[in-house]
Amino acid sequence: MYKVKINNLIKSFGTGNVLNGIDMSVKEREVVCIIGPSGSGKSTLLRCINALEVATSGTIIVDDYEITDPKVDINRVRRNIGMVFQQFNLFPHMTALKNITLAPRALKILNKEEAEERAFSLLKRVGLESKAHSYPHMLSGGQQQRVAIARALAMNPDVMLFDEPTSALDPEMVGEVLSVMESLADEGMTMILVSHEMGFAREAADRVIFLDEGVIVEENEANELFANPQNERTKNFLNMIL
Amino acid sequence: MSVELMSKIFSQYWPMFLRGAAATLMISLTATILGCLIGLLIGVVRTTPTPERGAKRGILRALNGIFSVYIEFFRGTPMIVQAMFIYFGITGATGINMSAYTAGLITLALNAGAYISEIFRGGIQSVSPGQMEAARSLGLSHSMSMVRVVLPQAIRMMIPALINQYIITLKDTSIISVIGVRELTQSGKLIIASNFRSAEIWFTVGFMYYVTVYILSKIGRLIERRMSYVQSKNK
Repeated sequence: MYKVKINNLIKSFGTGNVLNGIDMSVKEREVVCIIGPSGSGKSTLLRCINALEVATSGTIIVDDYEITDPKVDINRVRRNIGMVFQQFNLFPHMTALKNITLAPRALKILNKEEAEERAFSLLKRVGLESKAHSYPHMLSGGQQQRVAIARALAMNPDVMLFDEPTSALDPEMVGEVLSVMESLADEGMTMILVSHEMGFAREAADRVIFLDEGVIVEENEANELFANPQNERTKNFLNMIL
Repeated sequence: MSVELMSKIFSQYWPMFLRGAAATLMISLTATILGCLIGLLIGVVRTTPTPERGAKRGILRALNGIFSVYIEFFRGTPMIVQAMFIYFGITGATGINMSAYTAGLITLALNAGAYISEIFRGGIQSVSPGQMEAARSLGLSHSMSMVRVVLPQAIRMMIPALINQYIITLKDTSIISVIGVRELTQSGKLIIASNFRSAEIWFTVGFMYYVTVYILSKIGRLIERRMSYVQSKNK
């Protein structure tokens, strides 16, 4: 059963094509890591999956909803797709708790008590129960990103997108975020992430996709791709970062 | 211009001065509030991304066209002309009966609205796009994200500019005295008509404007400092 299915996705900004015919699919409970040099289109690909970027052509299907259909109720579909950003993007005028309860309450999915109950259990899951009433500026980068993960989980999504979730963090805070992500993967969450954390890709990812110049150059099981890259470009890239 | 004479004039005419000052405060406050509503509407519409296709695209583009003509017109013409046009021009052309007070209020509100629209637009644009994206990614609609996430942050940053606009509107209120609205400047003119003491009366009128603006700008500074404190803490 496919959670996400992408067919011949093309995205162009102005003149050039950032994504040049992407075909990929992600199964339920699968963890897929997208790697590639900067400017290869990996973030754009991720952002097309929840329509933060509108695909120029091609189809993207998530949970039987065709995202690329202009008539689709995109707000409805996005409830099932959680997203975690490089810059956290927590709402600075709200406490951690309010950040998490905003969407379920505003969309009338949960009432105040239910939303707070869920928020506290999510905060507990990311190890930040005691920070429920803290504002984002009072939290470290790692803590902010963990709250952001809890916020995305509050809508009970069945796919999670991570856009370089650890790139803006100080090195000592990377671990705490990755371990939250690892436990999510262990619990069977379907995850697609753009990341340069090769250790994490090796540990938690079922599959690694190498993207360059808007096309999928190579994809394979993580250990296999790192140990035996087939394509020259993959080899060069891996040589640079490993 | 002696102190004696000034105090004599003031003791004789103070009810007129105060009524004039009160009218000025009332009109400028009402006009600024109306201007904020106009500014909010236009600022939000102008920062809504145009969809690639569909009926909404046409509506949005038409609205944006109308709004930019409105802003260009009110920012590009003298307010005295606007007041004359609204009071004499529109009443003359349509036969609608409008009091000078109403016409003056409309002029000030539309004028303030044109400037406040740009303040709202700037305020909304100064909020990081990631905020809107994060809200949208959770399934919130554009308008819901605007109300819950973007505007609360934008308005906080806009407060100094809004207070400044209020002070400008307060001073501009004197312009609508040309259509006979009894605000502070018009009260001054009426007092002079009865006693011919130009220097003393205009000095008093000016002084009353100054004191009002001074108090308002102090309040503004206070709020600004509080806000920047909150802002730096929220960074």
